Order: sequence, then structure tokens, then C-alpha cells
Amino acid sequence: MDKNTIKQLQKTANLVRQGVIESVYHAQSGHPGGSLSIADTITYLYEKQMRVDPKNPKWEDRDRFVLSKGHTCPALYSLLALKGFFPWDELKSLRHVGALLQGHPDMKAIPGIDMSTGSLGQGISTAVGMALTAKLKKADWRVYTVLGDGESQEGQVWEAAMFASHHKLDNLIAVLDNNNLQIDGRVDEVCSVYPLDDKFKAFGWEVFYADAHDFESLDEAFTAAKKVTGKPSIIIQKSVKGKGVSFMENQAGWHGKAPNAEQYEQAMAELKAAAEAMEG
Amino acid sequence: MAEVKKIATRESYGRTLAELGAENDRVVVLDADLAESTKTAVFQKAFPERHFDCGIAESNMISIAAGMAAAGMIPFASSFAMFAAGRAYEQIRNSVGYPHLNVKICATHAGISVGEDGATHQCIEDIALMRNIPGMVVVSPADDVEASQAIRAIADYEGPVYMRLGRLPVPVINDPENYHFELGKAVTLREGTDATVIANGLMVAEAVAAAERLAQEGIHVRVLNIHTIKPIDEEAVCAACRETGGIVTAEEHNVIGGLYSAVCESLLKNGAGCKVLPVAVMDEFGQSGPADELLELYGLTADNIVAKVKTLLGK
Repeated sequence: MDKNTIKQLQKTANLVRQGVIESVYHAQSGHPGGSLSIADTITYLYEKQMRVDPKNPKWEDRDRFVLSKGHTCPALYSLLALKGFFPWDELKSLRHVGALLQGHPDMKAIPGIDMSTGSLGQGISTAVGMALTAKLKKADWRVYTVLGDGESQEGQVWEAAMFASHHKLDNLIAVLDNNNLQIDGRVDEVCSVYPLDDKFKAFGWEVFYADAHDFESLDEAFTAAKKVTGKPSIIIQKSVKGKGVSFMENQAGWHGKAPNAEQYEQAMAELKAAAEAMEG
Repeated sequence: MAEVKKIATRESYGRTLAELGAENDRVVVLDADLAESTKTAVFQKAFPERHFDCGIAESNMISIAAGMAAAGMIPFASSFAMFAAGRAYEQIRNSVGYPHLNVKICATHAGISVGEDGATHQCIEDIALMRNIPGMVVVSPADDVEASQAIRAIADYEGPVYMRLGRLPVPVINDPENYHFELGKAVTLREGTDATVIANGLMVAEAVAAAERLAQEGIHVRVLNIHTIKPIDEEAVCAACRETGGIVTAEEHNVIGGLYSAVCESLLKNGAGCKVLPVAVMDEFGQSGPADELLELYGLTADNIVAKVKTLLGK
């Protein structure tokens, strides 16, 4: 990717992060930590990989995206708003009574959401069902899904992993967001999921690695994953929970907590300063 | 009386699925290592490329079905009722029910008539679990004729459905020439004014037998087959109360949360009041044994329906 493209992606991801802080602050609840850790990946996917049409969200030949770690939807909502699936202002009523944007993705109401998720472990299975359908229909659309590292403690993730490789679903690319933090603390201390790469390899997947906050690294991983045939791919991305907001970075406490007014101001100031620096 | 033909509703399922498969290429079938038992193997033989055995992983199976429905297919997902409605409850609730996806969960081996496998495999709670999910249609057909038509009806219906099917061959009581299945519409099998027996599943044949016996004693009961527990035919239930003055429900399910509950809810909601006595599993687990002996032991018989009607009438 050229420098210009990377800069554009960085700017978009910065806006996604602002949307995360904005929406979670106005909701006074939600999950900023994990949303910030996937902000770059979501941006990269929708800007560089996925075939979608904001004017026709149910387009049959679109690529599908399933946010298996559904609680991090503020990042996805922000990106979808930037792409024009719905107005940016909707972010400010996230989690409010009667609002479009539910606390977890709701495919029935929200344009651009391909699957309702939130209960961990189920999203990847639904993504597998979509990929299987594309194979059955001999359609060329792909399915992307993003999982949490804590989420992979759910047994269903491995049921899905087994099925996906058995059916050689090379049209499925999963991302495992490895920030090593879950609600109760460090993933390796709560109940270790490691080694993740060996587990997925043993389940018949092609494994790639990426730095979740480096677009060149993401681009390399996705480009390679798309070339894989005969099996599904997973990109294990090292990420920083809370990335982009200094006081949220690497803090399990920011998994599911909203900033207060002062913290909101500071977070937005940091993100806006970072955006300005990109202009320079 | 002529010998009545007996067919298990799971047999109706396998056969009808294969017919649907030939008519509609959006129909896909998922199973969890029980294809021979649930009879989805009949479909599998005809359409191997549209049958997916997920192995012993029911939760994954249900969520995969949800993904396939989201991508435009009409998935029929099957396992034993215990593992479909029970084990995969939350997947059904969140991946199928909440997004209102077009998944048909057709669970076989429901109730204690599973027999020798015993309590771990005898699901008597599935109707209660499934009818609690907003937007879920719940159907429990009585015989081969009804099951075959019901399976076609749910394939045509757009939205999530739970259908309860049995392992045990049961009498074919409906006439294929004259029977017409309509989702949510009760079937009156016999008219009567002294009381009404409301049944579903394999208890419908028992209700008919009970009505015949009662008639010989001069007691004339209406027999209503409520094959669709949700949405329930409130009009038929309330009319039964109003016109016959008392109701006995008969179901192969726990007394809590199933047909008995649904009937009582309908009556109270509409301000209709009459005594309602249940024939059901009385809040206990099943056990191993031949199906017929278990049905006898747990009182799921025409005899018990007769006794309950007499109690109701103070006779």
C-alpha cells in the first residue's frame, strides 16, 4: 500500500475511534476498550477488502461481516456511519430507549449489520453458515468475522472451527483480536487460550499474524489469507485494548465502562490531536 | 374396529423433507450425528450436497442454520428435542429468535415415549422453552397426515419455527383426503357439549379413544387438536370453555409451560372461566422402559383422560 492510502486509512480509523468515544460517552455504558482495539481492522476491512453498498445494504452479492465479539459494535457502528449506512448522529443515541443502535448488533433494524451477535461464540458459527451458503450457491462473496481472544474460551468457537475446515471454507477469513484482556483480567491469567495459533492449525486452519494497528501488516495478512485455498484462514492480530486513548490502553477496566465528562474531553482531545498531526 | 395404521411423525418428516428438497433448492438440512434417527437421512440420500451433518455439536448446528437463513436458505435443523431445544436453547434464542431468521428446528424423540434411553433423552420441557421465545411458532403434530402437511406449511411460512416430532409410531387418525392443516388453527375432531378434551401430539389419538369410551357411557366430549401451541387458537379454546363448560388438556410434556399452561393463559386473558384439568407429566423426570409402559405409568392414556373428564363432571 502506498503512503497516501495508509494515511487515509489512519484518518478514517481515527474518526472511528472518535465515534467509539462519542457513542459510549453518550450512552454512559458500552465497551470502549475492545472497540478501540479493532478500530483499525474494521476500517481496513471495509475500506480495502469488502464489497458492500451502503445504498443497498442487503445486496445479495455483498461480502458479509459478522462481529462475533458483538460488544465492540461501537467501532462497527462508527465505520458504517462513516460509509453512509445511517447518519453519524445515530451514534449519540447508542443504547438509548427506542434508538436504532442497540447495545449489541441487531441485523433486523440496523442497515449494514449482517448478523445479530452479542452472545459470544455464536457469531463465528453463523459466519460459517454464510460461507457454506456461498459455496453451495457457487457465489464469489466472502465472509469475514472478528472474534475476541476471551471469546475463544467458548467451546462453540471450536465446534465452528472444526466444521469450517471439514467443509474447506476458504471463503471465510476470521480475525482473532488478541489484546490479552477480558473482563476479569489478563486472558492468560483468567483461563489461558494459548497457544492460539497451534490450536487453529490443529483444527485445520491456515494461520496468519498481524499487528492490529499497522495497516501494512494487516494488508499483508489479508492479501495472503485471500490466496489460501481448501481451508479457512484466521489472522491472529496483536492488538492493544483501548488503543488510541492513553488512559484506556491496556486496561481491563475499560472493557465495559463509559468515560465521565472529563475523561471524554481528554479522550476526544487526544484523538483530535492525533488527527491534526496526520494532516501535518 | 379395523386395525389402525401406525407411523412415527419422524418418518413423516424424513419423507416430506425429501419431497421439499425436490421442489425447492433453498431447502437445506442440518443434523447432529442422528440422521438415521431423526430421518433426515432420507433427505440426505436424495440430496447429499444439501445435507450437512454437523457432528455432535448442536449449538454450532443451530448457529450455522441461522447464518444460512441470513444468506437466503431455508434450513431445517434436527436433533433430539433434548439437544435441540435444550442444549442449543440460547443459540435458538439469540441467533434464530432475536433476528427472526427463517430456521425450522424440527426436533424428534420428544417426550417420554423415547422409551428405554431414559430421562436424559426424554425432553418434556421443549414446548415451554420454545414458546417463550418471542416470535417463535411452535407446532406439535398428532399423526403422519398432520405432520406431513405441517412440515410443508412451516416451509412456506417465513420465520422461525419449532416443530416437535416423535420416535414412537402413532395411529394415523386424520384422513389424508379431507384433512387440511392451517398454522394456528385448531382442529375439531369430535363434537360434544359435556366437556372438551384439548390435546396435541400423540395424545390426540388418546383423546379420540377417550371420547369414544365416554360416549358409550353417555358423556359427549368435544375433542380439539391444538397442533399449534403458539400462536394458539384462542377462539377455539374460549369457545370450548363457553360451550362445553370444562376442559381436560392432554399432552406428552411437563404440566408446566406446555399445552395446559397455554390453554389456561388463553382462558384467563379472555375472561373465560372454567375448570381445566391436566393430563401431562406431573413435574417429574421420566425413566427407562418401553414407551407404552411409560405412557401408562405417567398416565398419558385414554383411560386417564376418561378419569379426568369424569372428575371434571363430578362423576
